[in-house]
Amino acid sequence: MAQFFQMQDIGAIVPELELAVFGMFLLVFDLMVQTKRRLGYVALGGIAISAYFLIRLWGVEFTAYGGALILDPFSTFFKFIFLIAAAMSIAISLKYLDIERENHGEYYALILFATMGMMFMAGAVDLITLYIGLETMAIATYVLVGFLRSNQRSNEASMKYFLLGAFSSAILLYGMSLLYGISGSTRFDDIAAALSSRPVTDPISLMAMITLSAGMFFKIAAVPFHQWTPDAYEGAPSSITAFMSVAVKAASFAMMVRIFMIAIYPLRPQWVAILGAVSVLTMTTGNIAAITQSNVKRMLAYSSISHAGYILIGFIAGNETGLTAVALYLLIYTFTNIGTWALIVALRRKDVIGEHIDDLAGLYFKHPTAAVLMLIFLLSLAGIPPTAGFIGKYYLFAAAIETNHNVLAVIAVLNAAISLYFYFRIVVSMFMRDATEKTGLTFAPGLTMALGVAVIFTMWIGIYPDPFIALARQAVPLGF
Amino acid sequence: MDFFRQHILTIVAFWPVAGMLVLLFFNKENKTLIRLWANAVLIVGFLISLPLWFWFDRANSDQMQFVENVRWIQTLGANYHVGIDGISLLLVLLTTLLGPLAVLSSWEAIDTRVKEYYVFMLMLQAGMLGVFISLDFFLFYVFWEVMLVPMYFLIGVWGGPRKLYAAIKFFLYTLVGSVLLLLGILALYFIYPQIAAQQPEIAAQFGTGPTFDVLAFHAIAPQLTADFQFWIFLAFLIGFAIKVPMFPFHTWLPDAHVEAPTAGSVILAGVLLKMGTYGFLRFSLPILPDATKYFVPLMVALSIIGIVYGALVAMMQPDMKKLVAYSSVSHMGFVMLGMFALNPNGLNGSIIQQINHGISTGALFLIVGMIYERRHTREISQFGGISNVMPVFAIVFLIMTMSSIGLPLLNGFIGEFTIMMGALQEQLWWAVAGGAGIVLGAAYMLWLYQRTMLGKVENPANQKLLDMNFREIVTIVPLIVMAFWIGLYPAPFFEVLEKPVNKIVAKVRPDFFQGAPRLNAETGAPR
Repeated sequence: MAQFFQMQDIGAIVPELELAVFGMFLLVFDLMVQTKRRLGYVALGGIAISAYFLIRLWGVEFTAYGGALILDPFSTFFKFIFLIAAAMSIAISLKYLDIERENHGEYYALILFATMGMMFMAGAVDLITLYIGLETMAIATYVLVGFLRSNQRSNEASMKYFLLGAFSSAILLYGMSLLYGISGSTRFDDIAAALSSRPVTDPISLMAMITLSAGMFFKIAAVPFHQWTPDAYEGAPSSITAFMSVAVKAASFAMMVRIFMIAIYPLRPQWVAILGAVSVLTMTTGNIAAITQSNVKRMLAYSSISHAGYILIGFIAGNETGLTAVALYLLIYTFTNIGTWALIVALRRKDVIGEHIDDLAGLYFKHPTAAVLMLIFLLSLAGIPPTAGFIGKYYLFAAAIETNHNVLAVIAVLNAAISLYFYFRIVVSMFMRDATEKTGLTFAPGLTMALGVAVIFTMWIGIYPDPFIALARQAVPLGF
Repeated sequence: MDFFRQHILTIVAFWPVAGMLVLLFFNKENKTLIRLWANAVLIVGFLISLPLWFWFDRANSDQMQFVENVRWIQTLGANYHVGIDGISLLLVLLTTLLGPLAVLSSWEAIDTRVKEYYVFMLMLQAGMLGVFISLDFFLFYVFWEVMLVPMYFLIGVWGGPRKLYAAIKFFLYTLVGSVLLLLGILALYFIYPQIAAQQPEIAAQFGTGPTFDVLAFHAIAPQLTADFQFWIFLAFLIGFAIKVPMFPFHTWLPDAHVEAPTAGSVILAGVLLKMGTYGFLRFSLPILPDATKYFVPLMVALSIIGIVYGALVAMMQPDMKKLVAYSSVSHMGFVMLGMFALNPNGLNGSIIQQINHGISTGALFLIVGMIYERRHTREISQFGGISNVMPVFAIVFLIMTMSSIGLPLLNGFIGEFTIMMGALQEQLWWAVAGGAGIVLGAAYMLWLYQRTMLGKVENPANQKLLDMNFREIVTIVPLIVMAFWIGLYPAPFFEVLEKPVNKIVAKVRPDFFQGAPRLNAETGAPR
């Protein structure tokens, strides 16, 4: 085994280190600054610097810390997603937190810490590294969900999320311990080698796979482990819901790719069956449950459940197209979903909670541009061309057809059609009903910027996706 | 001029988008200017599409012309590939003709949210034109779905009392069909490289990598196994049959038509429905010949049910617009019957009848719209003796009624007659069943005319109706001219259709031109 620590290993984690330093700096700075919004700008600066280092690492392949962490295009691609999501979430929070009167420095620091944890998850090829990254992300997120201290729903959401999150982490850990027991190593490639030398029906391997999968299904909110999602998404501050639904989900999927496609790849025949059932259940349940929701946050929570179901198709296909689809879909989903949530955040004004579908009534008449943007994001979520969402869905369906999962593809496309129904309930409210007194939006420069970025990328990827597909393909090496 | 000639299809298709972008900057209060602009854009759009008719090389009407092929999404192999043959030429011109008429008819009818209305109309026009010119399946699919959104809004915002229900029903029905279509497209996309690897001539022409090129799919058609074709045909069938709409997928149509504003109905009946039949002609038949033959009995049965059922239901409608809507189901049944006779007469008639249906039904919707604007009701029982107060209107209505029921000298006759010939060539009873539809069609249309236009004016509300004004006459005259032109001298239309139709027939039934036997009514062909 190589020497565990070498000086150049630090080079592999510069973006992460930089975020950690900025996060701690923010905590100190918090004591000195009165206008907390400035801390948000500092955090954005930190993310920008981290992104700069990350760009310089694009294309580098390097195994650091004696095989605990890997730097490859795949991890770099996902780290970009996390940074984009974090930056946009901070941008939409600046004014929102003032309205909620909870603008504190810890908020920004916690987002940076969570992002750092995700970046370790994406690069981890070792169970210990993975788990530490996961918990860093999770604990920071538990706190963020309950950030509206005086708000009952926020506290409830945080409590639920924490209990179920801790529970699922324990299950995950149980699966990891079994894997360690089987292989005597925490490294993914050792685990894969140990698993492939055992018979296919080995009960301990299956036990490890099942517990590990269950833990991960919790993290990505797949049915039947999804019940925490609507409550947590509804209760959390909207800006944090945006962050969770995109970044936390992307990180969990990045972790899933590494585990399923490397560590327990020898068990693929078994887990494909499980994932197939879970995928169908997840997208169908998510979509059908979303139809009856009248709280927009809850509706979008169920919609995000169904999107997790679509993404699982990429794993089931399991070939290059499938994994490219996962990466591409998560990138697209980041822009589209944060755009959608940005408008939900804007609905929150002094005295108006702005979560009910009626609060969007006649939005077109008061804020035509915002309503059209929302329409674009919703079309993208539903997968209608020429928006980015279509390209993402196209790629997933293509992966399913290419690998002959025809029934799954049919179920998935029909689900995509169902989803249009509830997305268009929002459209009906915005465009075809009269405005009420409650209708209105609060805009702030940060939020407007985030919206602009989201819509530009949603349309750009929709009309000319070439560069993004190329990036996603580069990120998914054939080695998987 | 050279530039124009080389890019004419792109210019024709994207011209409405350009007009729409300018329109976005207009002040929404200035309704007259907005109306003028939208009308001007579409009239110019029609004029710039006219050179297509004159420059079209009739000697090679089965070849794609005015082709542009530019790389678009290289990583997927999707290109911006457009071009038209004789079939798409007629449909493109029908679209550019009906577009301005529909827009002109909304001058007074649409008075709320005027700017958005015209924005959506222009978007819709571009989407429809894109569908008919696309030779790349990915591009086709994008256009096919893009136009759902403006149509949804046209029904949902400016429609009648149940507009929201009708709008979402239209959207969901079509979407379910089109996502299945997408899966079919994907299956072809992935099978192409496997076939191209074994067929050097195809690989030399279209490359070995995955492609969405429709012409490449046409080329690999003989290599596709019957089982593969069966499934793809089924996926396409649902996608296109919903759009046509064929019985039993037609239930969205009456709702959408009745609730849509007049212009929406005109476009819906005139052009949107043809996208479904065009899909069959361009994709299902030439790419999946074996499955086409296998499905003949089912398709013919559904067409005939559609013809008779649509006519019977139309007869019982108390609402004029609903009557015309159900007559569309019946007429589109004819179109499908002719198509699946799978011989040159049937296909020629089918395409001519598509054009006819666009003209006659488009005109009938305009006519119903005119009377609705005056009385704000479409109940047949509310009317009677209208010919006494609106003589010009009565003549126009009469001409279009005759055109719709297929009176000789008018366009409907040509289409129906050719379809009947085609059907007769294959099976006697197909033609008999179709003939029954014609009789029923005459019955409901004449009965409608009698109840609304003839007799004495009984209802006092009808005493002082104004006859058609100049704008309304301008809207309808082009359609009357077209109806007579096709009825009296259809040769120019058959001229551009002959070769592409023969090409399709040769693909589906390679033995046809060697005097092959008739289609087997029970089995079509062995699967």
